[in-house]
Amino acid sequence: MSKIHVTTKVNGDDVEFLADPRESLLDCLRDKLDLTGAKEGCGTGDCGACSVSLDGTLVCSCLVLGVEAQGKTIETVEGMAQDGDLHPLQRKFIEHAALQCGFCTPGILVAAKNLLERNPDPTETEIRYWLAGNLCRCTGYDKIVRAVQDAAAEMRGAA
Amino acid sequence: MSVAKPLPHDSGPLHVSGRARYIDDVPLPANTLHLAFGLATVAHGEIASMDLSAVRAAPGVVAVWTAEDLPFANDVSPSVHDEPMLATGTVHYVGQPVFLVIAESHLQARKAARLGRIDYRERPAILTVDQALAADSRFEDGPVIWEKGAAEAAIAAAPHVIEGRFDMGGQEHFYLEGQAAFALPAEGGVVVQSSTQHPTEIQHKVAEALGLSMNAVRVECRRMGGGFGGKESQGNALAVSCGLVAHLTGRPAKMRYDRDDDMVITGKRHDFRIEYRAGVDETGRILGISFRHLVRCGWSQDLSLPVADRAMLHADNAYLLENVRIESHRLKTNTQSATAYRGFGGPQGMLGIERAMDHIAHELGLDPLALRRANYYAEAPGASPPDPQSISTTKKQTTPYHMEVEDFILHAITDRLEAASDFAARKAAVATWNAGNAILKKGIALTPVKFGISFTLTHLNQAGALVHVYQDGSIHLNHGGTEMGQGLFRKVAQVAASSFGVDIATVAITATDTGKVPNTSATAASSGSDLNGMAVKAACDTIRGRMAEFLAREHQTIPAKVHFENGRVFVGGDEIGFAEAVARCYEGRVSLSSTGFYATPKVSWDRKAGRGRAFYYFAYGAAVSEVVIDTLTGENRILRTDILHDCGASLNPAIDIGQIEGGFVQGAGWLTTEELVWDDRGRLRTHAPSTYKIPACSDRPRIFNVTLWDGENREETIYRSKAVGEPPFMHGISVFSALGAACAACGPHFPDLQAPATAEAVLAAVKRARGAA
Repeated sequence: MSKIHVTTKVNGDDVEFLADPRESLLDCLRDKLDLTGAKEGCGTGDCGACSVSLDGTLVCSCLVLGVEAQGKTIETVEGMAQDGDLHPLQRKFIEHAALQCGFCTPGILVAAKNLLERNPDPTETEIRYWLAGNLCRCTGYDKIVRAVQDAAAEMRGAA
Repeated sequence: MSVAKPLPHDSGPLHVSGRARYIDDVPLPANTLHLAFGLATVAHGEIASMDLSAVRAAPGVVAVWTAEDLPFANDVSPSVHDEPMLATGTVHYVGQPVFLVIAESHLQARKAARLGRIDYRERPAILTVDQALAADSRFEDGPVIWEKGAAEAAIAAAPHVIEGRFDMGGQEHFYLEGQAAFALPAEGGVVVQSSTQHPTEIQHKVAEALGLSMNAVRVECRRMGGGFGGKESQGNALAVSCGLVAHLTGRPAKMRYDRDDDMVITGKRHDFRIEYRAGVDETGRILGISFRHLVRCGWSQDLSLPVADRAMLHADNAYLLENVRIESHRLKTNTQSATAYRGFGGPQGMLGIERAMDHIAHELGLDPLALRRANYYAEAPGASPPDPQSISTTKKQTTPYHMEVEDFILHAITDRLEAASDFAARKAAVATWNAGNAILKKGIALTPVKFGISFTLTHLNQAGALVHVYQDGSIHLNHGGTEMGQGLFRKVAQVAASSFGVDIATVAITATDTGKVPNTSATAASSGSDLNGMAVKAACDTIRGRMAEFLAREHQTIPAKVHFENGRVFVGGDEIGFAEAVARCYEGRVSLSSTGFYATPKVSWDRKAGRGRAFYYFAYGAAVSEVVIDTLTGENRILRTDILHDCGASLNPAIDIGQIEGGFVQGAGWLTTEELVWDDRGRLRTHAPSTYKIPACSDRPRIFNVTLWDGENREETIYRSKAVGEPPFMHGISVFSALGAACAACGPHFPDLQAPATAEAVLAAVKRARGAA
């Protein structure tokens, strides 16, 4: 099948790639743009390990076609740190030991960042239910929730 | 000292920025081949004919191999050579690999693998424990039986006999990173990268398959995206496939399972049926008890025998049983070969007696916690004041396998947890709530954990390490353990930094590599930091000893007067920086590299007889969980959990608490939402997260308090710490026990809750409590 030329913006950079129209955005990010932060955990949109932001909407990139990114803006975990400084969420995840094997971490960070953009002061329940689409098998989630709460507080204070 | 500090995971900065590389993230050479298995579609049958022409003709396919194409060993078993990598004539479960597709891309390989046409002469499939028992389909000649005292006579003479039977489901590991491997051809052999808990076994199996000796195969593992036992033996098939293809084609080869394939192909936690029969006195003291374990092992042996052993080894949990009989049937079925999973049979064995405790308490109208405490082993001397209710401490107390219990601390742990969790008041509040609410019922329970630490195959209790100190004072650390997220590398680096008295940043952690440390045991049985920490300490001590000797000579003092602290070396009255001390030693021609080795002392175990010191020590803990159920729908929630857990003198409290929280939630998942369903043709119907539900963020307890017990290990482990990987998993039993109590609040009958306590199981238990048949 002929490939389609896709122009899109990823983490602020204009990029272009050729995609088979059946190829997932996740595979395009990983295989064509070498952005391997988003992971394939299930390939069916249930685990959230492949979460990215597409024009500000949190999506499972395994359920989006690469060609759908045409003209859109994508944000991945690789774009969270600015000029070498970690995003407050990234710092708090390390400080709170909110990660173990780390495989789910990029997806959870992208999801949490998306939440805080919509709601800078979420309740614990709001965090728990917002992140319910991101599975973690290691941590038991407690430290993840605390890290998000702490980062949100810091970001509110800084704003 | 670096140890005992709550330092973050060493890969944290890489994890949060998406730069931590797992196998699937490693950039591939352009000519890499990708592999996929074609799978059996019947549970038991002879292959009558196989037409793979459509597979071979599919786009991108380079070759398709069956068992006949394999040049040497066709075996990926970790134990008794009964697990062909590709089926030979007969298939034994739905999902068994039958042929191997080698293609130019991952998707091409996977798509082609679906095109095989295989006709089977179907044979009757044995799927359930009942079918297996009826057909006498089992491993070993008959059941394994261990006995202490005279259980049957004691039960017969007891005032009360309580008996029951219940089923507990298995569990999918659901490591977020699926199985994956990658192999590069090398001069005379291959280099394999594998997501594995057991690099030495990968090396061994790849070498056998290639007809090479082990020195021709090097295996590396930097990190796994979760393991939980599922990467102890289940990665063999992928690594062997990659190794074979790389070796025979001269091109790199990579294989990873898609999630559905992963769940369909690989083994899981063993499901058990446990029958129990207990003779008790009026106070609930167990006079005699017998257990019958029916273990569904699947089609090949894998690690099922030691798993079933460990279930027997934990049939007592925290309770002194003077007259006990345990009978274990290791049943062979046409399903995935059940394998290692966090706790390795221990959780199943332990749940057996915890269930019996709840049943006894219900039948005799006793308080479940008082009943448990009345049956506890006696406290180790010095751990806490003697409990007047407990059994006399004057007599030597032994487990059902005749090991003396010398370090029991659960009386003190239970006391403190009861107080900290406000247990008595909350239990009263639950009773008040239940009296006033017809629809939502609550339950609360406290359950203890005593978990044995050591590999029960004694020779596995060894570890090696390799430490280099470079002339600039930087330290390169390698050991036989693997990192699966548990923080092992960080803990071991803390040990090395403490030994040299330097900052943790001085220590570089490197990938596990069979070329650096040979003959390693799997990172399993919670043993990672116990074994590898000691081996690293031994290596560091050797180098430090050489440095001290040289520096002492230079300063005309004795080695005992050389100290390593805060990045400085103190020699007699002088003080120099660590890097300078290293440079001087280098110029003085002192060897700054050493291996280290450790073998766990004291363990000696005869598994056939069921006798001996199976464990170096026990890890302890207790949990209180409070739950609520909806009696109309069976839905349930964990409202609050309090855990007090014993890690000895913790090497890293942040990492240990993370293990406890994660272990508990995983254990609660096993006993609540995680249900594996096979249909009557042996097909696993829950092979993706859409149908198999592990706990999500919204499922974690509303209130979750985890505290470390502040004791130290009585045995001489690394800085007196205790292993932490598996024991906290079993705190999940407190949730199951609390759910049983909530169901029991619905009526006068024993609810006989089955595991996992899904909404359906809870609803059925509520009905039983109310008297429905």
